[in-house]
Amino acid sequence: MSEVLLEVRNLVKHFEVGGGLFGRRRGLVRAVDGVSFAIRQGETLGLVGESGCGKTTTGRCILQLEKPTSGEILFEGRDLTRLAPHELRAVRRRLQVIFQDPYSSLNPRMTVGEIIAEPLSVHGIVRGAGARRGRVRDLLRHVGLLPQHGARYPHQLSGGQRQRVGIARALAMEPALIVCDEPVSALDVSIQAQIINLLEDLQAEFGLTYLFIAHDLAVVRHISDRVAVMYLGKIVELADRKTLYDDPLHPYTRALLSAVPIPDPELEARREHLVLRGEVPSPLDPPSGCVFHPRCPLAEDRCRRVVPELREVKPGHWAACLLV
Amino acid sequence: MGTLLDVVDLQTHFVTRGGVVRAVDGVSWDVAEGETVALVGESGCGKSVSALSIMRLVAAPAGRIVGGRILFKGRDLLTLDEEAMRRVRGREIAMIFQEPMTSLNPVLTIGRQMTEGLETHLAMTPTAARTRAAELLSMVGIPDPARRLAQYPHQFSGGMRQRMMIAMALACEPSLVLADEPTTALDVTIQAQILELMKSLSRRLGVAMLMITHNLGIVARYADRVNVMYAGKIIERGTAREIYANPRHPYTLGLLRSVPRLDEPRRARLDPIEGQPPDLSRLPGGCAFAPRCAFCVERCVVETPPLRPIGASSHVSACWEAERVRAAVREPVAERTSPQGGPRPQGGPST
Repeated sequence: MSEVLLEVRNLVKHFEVGGGLFGRRRGLVRAVDGVSFAIRQGETLGLVGESGCGKTTTGRCILQLEKPTSGEILFEGRDLTRLAPHELRAVRRRLQVIFQDPYSSLNPRMTVGEIIAEPLSVHGIVRGAGARRGRVRDLLRHVGLLPQHGARYPHQLSGGQRQRVGIARALAMEPALIVCDEPVSALDVSIQAQIINLLEDLQAEFGLTYLFIAHDLAVVRHISDRVAVMYLGKIVELADRKTLYDDPLHPYTRALLSAVPIPDPELEARREHLVLRGEVPSPLDPPSGCVFHPRCPLAEDRCRRVVPELREVKPGHWAACLLV
Repeated sequence: MGTLLDVVDLQTHFVTRGGVVRAVDGVSWDVAEGETVALVGESGCGKSVSALSIMRLVAAPAGRIVGGRILFKGRDLLTLDEEAMRRVRGREIAMIFQEPMTSLNPVLTIGRQMTEGLETHLAMTPTAARTRAAELLSMVGIPDPARRLAQYPHQFSGGMRQRMMIAMALACEPSLVLADEPTTALDVTIQAQILELMKSLSRRLGVAMLMITHNLGIVARYADRVNVMYAGKIIERGTAREIYANPRHPYTLGLLRSVPRLDEPRRARLDPIEGQPPDLSRLPGGCAFAPRCAFCVERCVVETPPLRPIGASSHVSACWEAERVRAAVREPVAERTSPQGGPRPQGGPST
């Protein structure tokens, strides 16, 4: 088993809200509320959940784009939350991100070539304009673009091509870990498969490690080695891909999987659907006990009182449910 | 079941600086009473513009319906004057949009927005309209409707707003609802709630539905018949079972094979459709899908294939090579190993 590249220990991120103009209604949004996991070198960990579950905030804390309220983020053995700014800058090279919307994350006034070359010069990775041009050409080729794409502006590219530029910019830094935050959800289905295949090819070629954040359960199953399911700021289940999808233990994971419509009318007509009642409660005022209990079809009295710990139910299979 | 809506050779064009965009390019389809028909395709294929054309809400002056007929209960909507068309919108044909927040007025209460249509179209008194609005909210599963009517859109969650849009769409008991990506902005557990609600209401009230979506799973679960669109044209049509079990157009086959599926063993590699969607202002001659098509032959780049029947059923496909597609459907998806030494460059430059 390869070594651990990133370890998140008891990560907490609370946001204070309200208090603004009228100084009332102060509240605490518990966006991430005690999350722990590890990612091994060369592995893809999928992080799934619905909007507001804290998956993006978790990614942003790892990238140090948000300062965690508490907890540790050990990357290559060093706790990122304790690094001085100049130390962090050096680490950031090894820790890159691909965003959901490649349009808003690319500078519209720069050509594709300039966008990819900028980090190369800022971080002093490649010195000399000529050498940088060569490296940009290489990177374009690696992500399936042609050299002439380097002279274009983002608006002249299709969504899929823009996402390839976003990937090339991340690759330029020669990272160890890439946080992929919904990298294909803004793309058309026919293009999604191209980008997923590209991410897999690059992983094989450069030995990359991915934290793959997404809400599409089928995409996450395809790309991930292990998968963590989040609900209301907590991980409710974590297992290797096969176990999680073939033998889900947490009632929320089961409901999520059951809610995904499958492109086969005959199968859909036979399938039983477990439709969850209610909606995700506000992270401003999470329910007592198990945060899932108000929507859980199996909830018992104790679920309202006792907070279930994430525990290892079977080797490598973790779940946070009192009834498992 | 009689035909409720019959769209014949509809053409909607947009004039842009880059040229004329044929967003809907000679499209014919129909919806029977009480039926759910899907319009499937990727962004820019013309599915939303098709729905807006039916409501005659295509943004002028850039957009214009330049040809065709839209026969609703036998009347051609394109010949109606604006006053008559206003009586159709909301009253006989209603629409549900993807993002309910942008289609609701943020400064009016829900009650005001719901009763407006009832008072205008059905000449209800304000009191009667309010009672009816409360009934509608409880029908779509919004608790405490009387209190909710006094609230504003921002006080509702995304799922609740979409329930409200459904209630508003059904308020005047229309015979057809056009639903444009009604659940795309919602989470998967909420999506399931909303779709089940739409299905049960359309069954119970006998409302026909046009469901516009890019999600093949949703289509499989909810549609009776499916129209697949690509670059402004319908390229395949059939019952949901025909389309999924027996696709006869390379684009449909490609779409079905490019998505990872939870009901199948995980594939080593996905099978994408290579290349990029075409630029609608400068479509090549022949079949618009030809540059991305694995079945492409010489004829495809010179001659546009018409929709032709496949066998004796209602299944039609616009492909010269539909027979070869049939043979390919029988073959299992080839297992490929990941190519070492870098990915293959795709498609080539788009312009």
